[in-house]
Amino acid sequence: MASVSSASFPAVLTVLVLVPAAGALVLLALPRTRPDLFKLVALLASLLPAALVVWMLWAFETDIAHAFQFADRHTWIEGLGVSWNVGVDGLSLFLVVMTALIFPLAIVGVDPEHSPKPYYAWMLILEAGCLGTFVALDLVMFFVFFEIVLVPMYFLIGGWGHGRRAYAATKFFLFTMFGSALMLVAIVALAFLHSSAAGGDVTFDLLAIAENQVLATNTARWLFLAFALAFAVKVPLFPVHTWLPDAHTNAPTAGSVILAAVMLKLGTYGLLRFGLYLFPEASVFFAPLMVTLGVIGIIYGAIAAAMQRDLKRLVAYSSVAHLGFIVIGTFALNTEGITGGVLQMVNHGVSTGALFLLVGMIYERRHTREISELGGLQKPAPLMAAVFTVVMLSSVGLPGLNGFVGELLVLLGAFNAHRWWAVVAAAGVILAAVYLLWAYQRVFHGPASGANAEMPDLRWREGLVMAPFLVAIVFMGVYPKPVIDRVEPAVDAIIAHVEDNVAGFAEPVADVQPSVSLDDLARSSDENGHGSDGETGGDPGHGEDDR
Amino acid sequence: MVAVTAQFAPVTAPVVDWVGLLPVILPAAGALVLLMVRSLVPGRLLPAALDAVWTFAAAAAGLVAVVVLWQRDGEVRSFGDQLVMDGLALFAAAVVLGSVALAAPTLPRYCRRVGIDSAELCVLTLLAAAGAVVMAGAADLIVLFLGLETMSIAAYVMAALNLRRLESLEAGLKYFVLGAFSTAFLLYGIALVYGATGTTGLDGIAVYLDTYLVLNDGMLLAGMAMLLVGLGFKVAAVPFHAWAPDVYVGAPTPVTALMASAVKAAGFAALIRVFVDALGMRADDWQPVVFALACATLAVGSVLAAVQSDAKRLLAYSSISHAGFILVGVQAASDSGVSAVLFYLAAYAVIAVGSFTVVAVLSGRGDDRTGLAELAGLGTRRPALALGLTVLLLAQAGVPFTSGFVAKFSVISAAVESRSYWLAIVAMVSAVVAAFAYLRVVVAMYFGDTEPDAADAPPAMGLGAAAVIVAAVLFTVAAGIVPGFLESLASTAAGF
Repeated sequence: MASVSSASFPAVLTVLVLVPAAGALVLLALPRTRPDLFKLVALLASLLPAALVVWMLWAFETDIAHAFQFADRHTWIEGLGVSWNVGVDGLSLFLVVMTALIFPLAIVGVDPEHSPKPYYAWMLILEAGCLGTFVALDLVMFFVFFEIVLVPMYFLIGGWGHGRRAYAATKFFLFTMFGSALMLVAIVALAFLHSSAAGGDVTFDLLAIAENQVLATNTARWLFLAFALAFAVKVPLFPVHTWLPDAHTNAPTAGSVILAAVMLKLGTYGLLRFGLYLFPEASVFFAPLMVTLGVIGIIYGAIAAAMQRDLKRLVAYSSVAHLGFIVIGTFALNTEGITGGVLQMVNHGVSTGALFLLVGMIYERRHTREISELGGLQKPAPLMAAVFTVVMLSSVGLPGLNGFVGELLVLLGAFNAHRWWAVVAAAGVILAAVYLLWAYQRVFHGPASGANAEMPDLRWREGLVMAPFLVAIVFMGVYPKPVIDRVEPAVDAIIAHVEDNVAGFAEPVADVQPSVSLDDLARSSDENGHGSDGETGGDPGHGEDDR
Repeated sequence: MVAVTAQFAPVTAPVVDWVGLLPVILPAAGALVLLMVRSLVPGRLLPAALDAVWTFAAAAAGLVAVVVLWQRDGEVRSFGDQLVMDGLALFAAAVVLGSVALAAPTLPRYCRRVGIDSAELCVLTLLAAAGAVVMAGAADLIVLFLGLETMSIAAYVMAALNLRRLESLEAGLKYFVLGAFSTAFLLYGIALVYGATGTTGLDGIAVYLDTYLVLNDGMLLAGMAMLLVGLGFKVAAVPFHAWAPDVYVGAPTPVTALMASAVKAAGFAALIRVFVDALGMRADDWQPVVFALACATLAVGSVLAAVQSDAKRLLAYSSISHAGFILVGVQAASDSGVSAVLFYLAAYAVIAVGSFTVVAVLSGRGDDRTGLAELAGLGTRRPALALGLTVLLLAQAGVPFTSGFVAKFSVISAAVESRSYWLAIVAMVSAVVAAFAYLRVVVAMYFGDTEPDAADAPPAMGLGAAAVIVAAVLFTVAAGIVPGFLESLASTAAGF
């Protein structure tokens, strides 16, 4: 049944990418006299992909989650060997799902302050670009989408942002473009060197290149660095993170939500798919460097966040810290670490996206984000305070909420690979609790005075927008098994790929069986009363005992 | 007796394939007819738009001839191998004639507003185009020189046509003096190469270098250097670029558009013919020099573009930086390099004509209101115009889904294929710097904080300019999304 389901609609990913783009064109064609239609068209054009990913979740075959499914391939630029080549596996599935679900929420949740038509058009183009990046299996196609997302975000920040928006938008554009400029050279060099070493035509096919590792070690390392620079800027890793606080602070709310939830993941996803998978040896070689940068990011981001006076800037710096966890998970190079990293990509998208929405709601009501001018908001807006609490605790990593699962796995993985770095990173968890709880305390507790006392609570629409975030936060915290089941085979495959291609590398696992393993986690959540969901082959076939 | 008769055998006239010459004949004849009609018939009897329509028709007819020739198999050689209409010549001719056709619809309204006699401008444009096509098809250095002079002299006058504007006169003079200077270099180079190889025919030079090892190659190297200087002037490569910004800014804006598109295309076609083809055997000698020229052109063009406060001057410097990109393809000295160069020329010609047309629309009565400050709030005052310029600027920056990206991608591919990694990196980094320049324009148009004065609204665009901009934008986006067609044309042409 499952094999039929994926073959029945092979172009689903192509449609997924093209629908928002087509929606943007329709928007542009709408007459200026019908402003009521703008939001409707935008919503429809973003809801269709959302429906498609829900179907994909159902049709995705768990037992072959390491293989690319819904694959679709067409020749694009024949003379240059570029093709339109798409597919998702366990690593990208949930990123695609999150992207397609978060865009309609951002479109419903926040209205632009002016000029809705271009605003929604840019949002839809941004969605098409993000989805295209996550599903691309051709290096040039990936680059094209990776780069095109800059344009809509540039205009969103510059056109609908606050403060020094032109500065922030330009800085964002140039930083990211600089990173990817070298990646383009590396992509082309990789394709040419690969074809001359392996024979055959020049191809930009990710699988063909990655599965046939023929490059000289040093060459691969240089190329990896060029790719890694592009992704490091996007993640952003210390010390190329400086565009992020400016971009976030000055962006409109929906821009911040998308930037944090989706666009930063382009970098971490890239590190995984186009770093680890494409250059296994170089990844192993540079893993200590990447982990170090990740740990610096965690500590630096946390300290910087604690120092901020602007609530939005605080959340922005917290992103730097959270993304550091994803990077150390990825470069722990073991099942727990990478699985945790992938989970954290989704978790961070959900919780930080929600945080930015909430901060945006506060700003809309109070026209300030200065923490010192806010206070006591809990009394006038108890519902908002409650939602904020849950989201914030999820970001802190409270057990039972989604952030905990990912962070625990990342730390487990990192502990097995780089023990002392894991210890330092764990301090970042505590720091996260410090700056977020402190911020919460200053904003929501205490006596409310002046305008703070008058602040209206969540409206119906806002509540409905926040509800899916809360559901995701709780669901993935209490019962992450369905997600882990789909992510892990792909992670195992990528680790096997690294082990096959790097002489002398073995997945860093604990000498002693850790007291909490993935199986335990999955089992304990099963025992939490949810029961088995009837997955066939209930044993996901992972973990140390298999090796 | 028999021997004497043989000595006096009748001279056979060289074969002339007149159909093969149509891409040259049509614009040249168009120019002469227009000149005569305009001289003999009183102006009031003729419609004002006649010149531009005629120019468009002549260029379009030339384009049709190019397409017909392209369909025919095999190259067309005329005048005893002096002029050849092969793939490279036809592609370059298409870019030249296409640029003229694309620039023409802007002229009637522009000339009326600025007060330029459109007949003169149109005649000169067609003559320059004919010269450019000769240049692209030259199979002999002397013919190359003829084509280059025909094109350049027309261009010198065109630059100075705006008699009411001091900068225009200055541009004409500057262009003339420096151009003549560079032509002298070119001629000297031709003479030296002739001295070293005994022929001015490009095929002959290639065959000579292929057959003989030139031991005392001082004269040949000096000749090559002089040729490079002469052609480097025409394509505005650093350090021979000093004329370009002033001339681009001073010349009437549609003329600037043609300089950035047609003149550049002809210059690069000649560069490919002379260096990649005829002097291909000595690539090891000229490649390092072109490497250095390309680096300098990229760096100077993009860095200086980023600090300009005038849109027209910014586009002039960006045009220099694009020349650097094209030189990267030339430096590869390979088929894929030539193919990349041709794709780039075609893509950039359309982008350049489109961008300068927007500037021409905005430049006002004196053709001088081109400062970035004048663009403030264009996004709200003239959303369609601003959107058009934005797309063209993003294409210049090399953003995906525009022809500019594919052009940069193929140039970088060619460089990497020939192992010029550092050149590729320099090119991409300067693309980022140039992107800053384009973003400054976008910022001025959309994110300016100063509310524009409503009375300052730019003059009406006119149907012609609107059509040009729409066509340029559509071509740019279409060639970015489905570049296969143009790419295959370019790679076919690269096989000459």
